[in-house]
Amino acid sequence: MQAEPSLVVRDLHVWFELRRWGFGRAGVVRAVDGVSFSLGPGEAVALVGESGCGKSTLARTVLGLYRPSAGEVVFSGKNLGELRGGEMHGYRSQVGYVQQDPYGALPPFMNVRRILGEPLVINKVSRRSQREPRIREALEEVKLFPVEEFLPKFPHMLSGGQQQRLVIARAMIMKPKLLVADEPVSMLDASVRVEILELLQGLQRLHNLMLLYITHDLSTARYFVERIMVMYAGKIVEQAAVDELLDRPLHPYTRALIAAIPDPDAANAATFQDVPPGEPPNLLHPPSGCRFHPRCPAFIRGLCEVQEPPDFELQPGHLVACWLYQSGLPAS
Amino acid sequence: MKAGAPLLLQVQDLRLYFRTTRGAVQAVDGLSFALGHRQALAVLGESGCGKSSLARAILRLLPRNVHTYTGQVFLNGAELMSLNEDRFRREVRWSGISLVAQAAMNSLNPVIKVGEQVMEPLVTHRRLNREEARQRASKALQLVGVPVDFLDRYAFELSGGMRQRVVIAMALVADPPLIIMDEPTSALDVLTQANIMNVLKGIKKEVGSSFLLITHDVATSSELADRIAVMYAGQLVELGDAAGFFPGPLHPYSKKLMTSVPRLRGGSRPEFIPGQPPSLINPSAGCRFAPRCSFRFNRCQEDPPLVEVEPGQWVKCWLYPANSNAGSHAG
Amino acid sequence: MMNSWREVPRYTSALVGLAIIAALVGLALYGIIAIPYGEAERLWRGGEGVWIDNPRNAQPGWVNLFPGRNLPETIIVDSREGATKRSGRGSDSVNTVQISLDFDYPYDDFPSELNLFFDARSRERPPHASLFWLTPDGRMLSLGEQNVESSERYSISLDRRLARQLGGQSPEVALFADPARESPQPLQGRYQLLVEALLFEAGTDLDARLVVYGKVHGLAGTDHLRRDITVALLWGAAVALAFGLLAAVGSSVTTLIIAAMGVWYGRWADASIQRITELNLILPALPILILVGTLYTRSIWVILGIVILLGVFSASIKVYRAIFLQVKESPYIEASQAYGASNRRIILFYMVPRVIPVLVPGFVTLIPSFVFLEASLAILGLSDPVLPTWGKVLNDAQQNGALYKGYYYWVLGPAMLLMLTGLGFALVGFTLDRIFNPRLREL
Repeated sequence: MQAEPSLVVRDLHVWFELRRWGFGRAGVVRAVDGVSFSLGPGEAVALVGESGCGKSTLARTVLGLYRPSAGEVVFSGKNLGELRGGEMHGYRSQVGYVQQDPYGALPPFMNVRRILGEPLVINKVSRRSQREPRIREALEEVKLFPVEEFLPKFPHMLSGGQQQRLVIARAMIMKPKLLVADEPVSMLDASVRVEILELLQGLQRLHNLMLLYITHDLSTARYFVERIMVMYAGKIVEQAAVDELLDRPLHPYTRALIAAIPDPDAANAATFQDVPPGEPPNLLHPPSGCRFHPRCPAFIRGLCEVQEPPDFELQPGHLVACWLYQSGLPAS
Repeated sequence: MKAGAPLLLQVQDLRLYFRTTRGAVQAVDGLSFALGHRQALAVLGESGCGKSSLARAILRLLPRNVHTYTGQVFLNGAELMSLNEDRFRREVRWSGISLVAQAAMNSLNPVIKVGEQVMEPLVTHRRLNREEARQRASKALQLVGVPVDFLDRYAFELSGGMRQRVVIAMALVADPPLIIMDEPTSALDVLTQANIMNVLKGIKKEVGSSFLLITHDVATSSELADRIAVMYAGQLVELGDAAGFFPGPLHPYSKKLMTSVPRLRGGSRPEFIPGQPPSLINPSAGCRFAPRCSFRFNRCQEDPPLVEVEPGQWVKCWLYPANSNAGSHAG
Repeated sequence: MMNSWREVPRYTSALVGLAIIAALVGLALYGIIAIPYGEAERLWRGGEGVWIDNPRNAQPGWVNLFPGRNLPETIIVDSREGATKRSGRGSDSVNTVQISLDFDYPYDDFPSELNLFFDARSRERPPHASLFWLTPDGRMLSLGEQNVESSERYSISLDRRLARQLGGQSPEVALFADPARESPQPLQGRYQLLVEALLFEAGTDLDARLVVYGKVHGLAGTDHLRRDITVALLWGAAVALAFGLLAAVGSSVTTLIIAAMGVWYGRWADASIQRITELNLILPALPILILVGTLYTRSIWVILGIVILLGVFSASIKVYRAIFLQVKESPYIEASQAYGASNRRIILFYMVPRVIPVLVPGFVTLIPSFVFLEASLAILGLSDPVLPTWGKVLNDAQQNGALYKGYYYWVLGPAMLLMLTGLGFALVGFTLDRIFNPRLREL
């Protein structure tokens, strides 16, 4: 891998074929349908969207678990689709994966030492004397002290927060350049979430990591990333710097998301929230044109259901895929 | 809460301890609170503080290894703990108090139609005939915003949000005055969460049910709660009106809880609470939050009482001693 | 999972089961050590030459512990050791030898057989022997005269002429009967068989051995070929355990790996494995084994191989597959793919360990079922022709009408051991099941 780590995703499509009875075709699920973004060294980006929008599929494709159906994922100049065998192995050691379910992400029959040792063994760090110091270092980085006590423990002996720290340690142990965190705190208690997010941010800054943070909860993204991308039905509908997005959300979906997230305020109990009707679409048969049009309060008949909007860059770094902005910012 | 208004639910010194190989787990350790009609009380706390056990304790849904189960629970003035099992089952569960358990939407029977499941308590419990039960079930589904033709669908055909609404309909269908909800929105997306909270608000307004909402999500609780109770290590540490709690919590733990909530609008960077909640087995003699509290002092070695600092506002902390006047805060 | 093993001692049933298994293993080991393979083969297939000193169809020795008649044990008196032998000089280079074979007879029942074994060494003229029988009450009976060629056996109890001479009863009864009693009862006391022989050449010698066959022998009795059944039981233990263990291990491990591979590689692999399994489930195992045994070979190793083969694609595949399908969806499997684990590594180190809690109890209860399978084949006559196994003993017993003839012990020995095998493994297996699958603890 070259000196400057970077991640560039260009017009990525990831489609899954549905098979009927093992043979016939029943359709195509367009999980990721034309996504483009880039990450520079040390940059942290949040990918926000609801379940079923394709964000997990995108994460898995970046991790090399799925193959792109079209488009490309370029990591530090190398196209993932062109990597073979050993090179793919090398790529995998450059990317760390932190999953949503801390307990499920850990093999229940392996202890901490073994869990952390596995990526090392797979990457040919064969002698125990070489592995042991790296394992200890990883545990110290995620603040699982005292290291001695944790090494022989099994996952079920750890609390949720500790398990997730272990998952992060495992993701970090090969000193990757990119961390992909898919809903890392959604299954944790509210009080532990901030701790883990602070830990991730600390590690990211210390090691100048690229971070792709995937979540459905915008409020956790605010303090821990620099940019936010909003995903809906397989497409990125808006992306901007954090403050810019939160102060000036443009896409109707982004606005709905922001409006739907409460801050603790007693007045909330007295008012009904304005929520777009309906549900996220089935990715097997997505709506024509702009995929949000069936639920959009600002639906333009004759345009939105006919043609998919391209990305409009209203301000440097702030892109929105919505026909409302085809001629710059509207008056409102 | 108006003084003198009849109370729907009164809990006094409720205790539920479990027997385990390592000792007695004091999950619910002497809780006392009250809830009026058309009111929603949110019980906030971390996992492991005993809040799920509170729901079980009130509804007498006990496992085999119960060590202690004492206290008094009054529903509309009638004492529940003294009822025998049969009467409790017939009169209290589902028709007096119903429960939407944690992850209930994943516990729908996959091989029975959704409508059947909503109708079931009416047919078996209330002995309605199927026609009437079906009508009541349709009404319940309408209340929660589920199209009536979903009565004949199976659980796997519904999205997560729809399933949660169905489960809420099941809790409503027997018209109980009190509904207990344990983490009703934790597994759902943001927009779906907002929808569900709208549904609950609508039910509170139109049907007039009271809610006991158990959650760790402080922000979501503000969507429904009139009163807030904060639980820590099996005990109630603060109890008060939402209007007073959210802008200014009293107990140090409540304060820490509020600052740990990441906010979308305004506010400062969230801070996490260092340390871990204590084990519920053999809790310490003094204030249980003291090890993690930045305001602790000598007196905290003694367990403080739950004190009414203002009418309707209770705190369990030596910073608010028993005989002080209302309004004296420290820190 | 390791902690689960420590729980085993908490269950008495498991301890009992383990004790039984330990005892069986002990038997097997003793059998192998005391009687090595070659020796066992020789003993079991050796004809009368090997077992000639044993009574036929004798009961186990412990029946004498029960109240009732004291059944006789085998008494052997040999002129080369113990018995008195006097050589004398006669006239004309004719020497005499007088052999006095004495013994005590304290039993309540008659012997089953009487044999006199001569060992004569001469060149041209064989010695001439006269036999006399002395009873405790002083009678002397003549048993006739004969020339002794070299090694001869005089079956006293089969001598019809002698029987007629003694009044019609079989010699082994008549020679011991108490004349004072109405119904035949042996006279207890000291008996003597006198051999007076004339040796006609220099250098000729004569030895004699009298075997008074009892009706009890050893721990488990003897069979129709005079073989000590204990040998078969000991060796049978070794064969049973070895066969059971090897078959169980072989089929379990193979089944496991095949199930894992089918689930992991999915699609064609999974579908074909499932179809093969379903076909195999329909095929009847025992008739196939009977076919092989009858038409091809009865070698125990071939049978073992086929048993394993048939057992691999068993119903267990479906169970393991169900578990693997679940395990495959676990997040940690996906994580391991993300950090570069190979398919082989994932199957062996990430999926298989999840199945072990189900495998172990099943494996333990699988062992006795293979033991019974081998025994079943043996009873049907398809056992290995060389080795003595429990099933073989049962087969022999059945062929010789053991139960009709009242030789209960012939069947009792192997049946008890088979039962104990099943019991021991079942107890341990059920306990392991309770430990590894905690939900069963309520039962």
